[in-house]
Amino acid sequence: MKPIIKADKLGKEYKLGTRDAAYSTVRETLVGWARAPLDLLRGGRKGTQTVWALRDVSFEINPGEVVGIIGRNGAGKSTLLKLLSRITEPTVGRAELYGRVGSLLEVGTGFHPELSGRENIYLNGSILGMSRAEIESKFDEIVAFAEVEKFLDTPVKRYSSGMYVRLAFAVAAHLEPEILVVDEVLAVGDHAFQQKCLNKMQDVSAHGRTVLFVSHNMGAISRLCQRCILLDQGRILDIGPTSKVVQTYMTSGLVQRSEYLQASEPSKEMNLRRVALVGASDQQLKSEIAYHEGFRFLIEYEVQGPVSGVSVSIVLYTVDGTCAFVSADTDRHDELLETRAPGHYRSSVLIPAEWLNIGRYTVSVTLSSAARSGVVYDDVEALVFNVVDTGSPGSRHGIERKGVLQPILNWTNSPVGT
Amino acid sequence: MDLTTSERTRLAGTETQPGAVAHTIAGSQRNPAPPLPDKPLVTIEPSKSWVALGLREVWRYRELLYFLTWRDVKVRYKQTALGAAWAILQPLLTMLIFTLFFGNLAGIGNRTDGIPYPIFAYAGLLIWTFFANAVTNSGNSLVGSANLITKIYFPRMIIPGAAVGAGLVDFAIAFLILCGLMVYYHIAVRWSILMLPVLLALTTLLALSVGMWMSALNVKYRDIRYALPFLIQLWMFISAVIYPSSMVGGKLRIALMLNPVAGIIENFRACLFGTAFDWTALAVSVIVTLVLLVYSAYSFRRMERTFADIV
Repeated sequence: MKPIIKADKLGKEYKLGTRDAAYSTVRETLVGWARAPLDLLRGGRKGTQTVWALRDVSFEINPGEVVGIIGRNGAGKSTLLKLLSRITEPTVGRAELYGRVGSLLEVGTGFHPELSGRENIYLNGSILGMSRAEIESKFDEIVAFAEVEKFLDTPVKRYSSGMYVRLAFAVAAHLEPEILVVDEVLAVGDHAFQQKCLNKMQDVSAHGRTVLFVSHNMGAISRLCQRCILLDQGRILDIGPTSKVVQTYMTSGLVQRSEYLQASEPSKEMNLRRVALVGASDQQLKSEIAYHEGFRFLIEYEVQGPVSGVSVSIVLYTVDGTCAFVSADTDRHDELLETRAPGHYRSSVLIPAEWLNIGRYTVSVTLSSAARSGVVYDDVEALVFNVVDTGSPGSRHGIERKGVLQPILNWTNSPVGT
Repeated sequence: MDLTTSERTRLAGTETQPGAVAHTIAGSQRNPAPPLPDKPLVTIEPSKSWVALGLREVWRYRELLYFLTWRDVKVRYKQTALGAAWAILQPLLTMLIFTLFFGNLAGIGNRTDGIPYPIFAYAGLLIWTFFANAVTNSGNSLVGSANLITKIYFPRMIIPGAAVGAGLVDFAIAFLILCGLMVYYHIAVRWSILMLPVLLALTTLLALSVGMWMSALNVKYRDIRYALPFLIQLWMFISAVIYPSSMVGGKLRIALMLNPVAGIIENFRACLFGTAFDWTALAVSVIVTLVLLVYSAYSFRRMERTFADIV
C-alpha cells in the first residue's frame, strides 16, 4: 500500500526563548548588529542557544488509518502537527502529503465573539478551507450536529462554553480533507458531546480518510487509533499498534506525576488548581505508593462565579486505558449539588489500603455538571502513580494476581457439621 | 489541485536520502480509500531563500479573502455605536475643519481651478482616508491575527489583503457624501469619471503593497505599530490632499509628484471635476506602485515562514 503521509527525518529547531520574546525592536537589532563584530573578537558569539523541538522524525502513514501521537508535554507532538499542517516550516527534513490536509489544532480558530453563530459557521468554515458552496451544502448538518438551532442568530459571545465548543467542533467535523490533523480538542464540552465527537472521528476514518490525533487521554487514543507514535524529546521513541505503544508510554517512566498544578483562569466559572497525592497526615507523597498504605487524592479548585449542579469526580484508569472506577464528591452529599459560592475549595478522597492491585494507574479529575449532558469545566489527566508491592497476598505466593483490585476481604470459615 | 511552482522546484531540488529507513505503520485496511495521486500534493520542506509568490495558492483561497473582509467590516459596524457613520464622519469632519481654517486663505481657496474648496478637500480626503486607513489596518493585521497564524495554514497575504478590502467598503460609503456634494455644487459628471475605477484600483494596490510590507515588518519589529501612524501623518502633508499641487512650484513639485499618492489624488480630482489629467504624475504613480508591490510581495513571502514562530 502506498502511504498518504511520508515523513523523512523531519526536524524543527527553535532558538531558545523565541516563544516568549521572539520579536525584537529595531533598536535591539541595531545594537545586535553593532555588537556582532565585537562578540566575534571576544571569541565567538555568546552562543545563541537552540533547542530541537523535533528531530529525525520519519514515518509513513497509510490512507484510512487513525494514528495517535502521544508523549509528555513538550515532547514535540504539537510541533509535528504544525509542520504537517504547514503552519510552520521544518528546519530540516521533508514530508510528502498525498492528500488535502485539514487541521484542527484548536476549537473555534477564528471565531469572532461579536458575530452570530450563523456568521461564524461561514467564517470558520472558510478559514478551515471549505468553499462557500461546501459550507452551504453542509450548513443544516452542522447546525443539527452542534444542537444550536435556536441560537443561530445570537452572537457567540453569549453562548455557554459548551455551546461554543459544540458549534466549533461541528464546523470542523464537517471538513472533508483526505488527511485530518487533530490536536487535543476534545478536552472540553460535555460528556455526551465528547462521545459524539469521538464517534464522528471514527466515521471520518470509516470513509477512508486519514486522521492524526494528538491526545493525553489514553482512553480516547485506545478507542480511536489503530497505531500510535510515541514522541519523547522530539524523537520517535516507539511506533506501532496502539496497545503496545500505550503500554510503552505508561511503563517507560516517562509519565509519573504526584502533583498537578494549574493556573487560575478567571474566565472560567470553575477551575482546577491542584491535584496531589497525599498520605495520612496530608504529607505529599511521591508517585510510588505502598500497597499496604492508604492514601488520598487532594483536589483544590476555584469557583469564580456561583455554579450549581456540579460535582468533582475522579476516574481511575489502569495502564491499558481501562476505567477502574469513577467516584464523585456528590455521591453521598446531595447538598453539594446546590449552588457553590465563589471561593477556593479543597476536597480529598481516601483510597483504602490493601485495595488497588499492584501496578500503574492514572487518575483524571473532572469538574463538571453532574447531569449527563452538562458542562465540563475541567477534565485533566492529573496524576500517574504506581502501587508497589509491599507484601500483597499474591506476592506471598509469588503470583501476580489479575484484576484492577487486590482487596483483602473478610472471609468467614467454619466447619460445617457432617 | 495542482502543485505550485515553488513546490515543483522544491521537488526537483531534493531527493530522499536512500539511507533513511522510515518507521512504517502497516495499516490494517478496513475501508476503501480514495486513490492517491502519483505526486505529493504538498511537500513540506525548509524553503529556499527565494520563494515564489504563490499567487495560485492565494487565488485558491479567494473566498477566505472575501470572508475575512466581510468579518472586518461587520465586526467594526457591530461594535461601534455609530457603525457605518464612522466611514463618513472621518473625512467629512476633517473637510469641515480644513474648510473653516484654510478654505478662506487666499493661497488655497483661489487656486483650486474654480472647484469649491469643501468638495475639493473632501475628494482628496476621501481617497486619502481610504489609503491611510487601509495601510494602518493592514500594517497591524498580522500581529492582530496571531491566533489564526499559529493555528491554521493559509496564504498569509490574505490577512493584510482583507484589511485593505474592508477599507474599500468604507470608501464606498463615504463616496455617497461626495455624490451629494457634487449635486449640491452643481458639478456635472463628465466622461473623465471612467478613470475612477482605474485610480481606485491603483490606490488599492498601493495601499496593499505598503500595508503588506509594514505588516510583515511589524511581526518582527513591533516599533512599526508606533511608527506607522506618525509616518502616515507626515505622508498626508506631502500628498496634496488638502491643497492643490499647483501651489507647490519648481523642483519641489517634481519631488511631490514622485510621491505616488500625490499623483493619484491629483488625478482623482481631475476625473471627478473634469480638470486636466496629469498623465506624467499618473505614470509615475503606476510605476512606483508596481515596483513597491513586487518588492513588498517578495519580502512578505520571505518573512512569512517565520511568522508562526515569532508572532
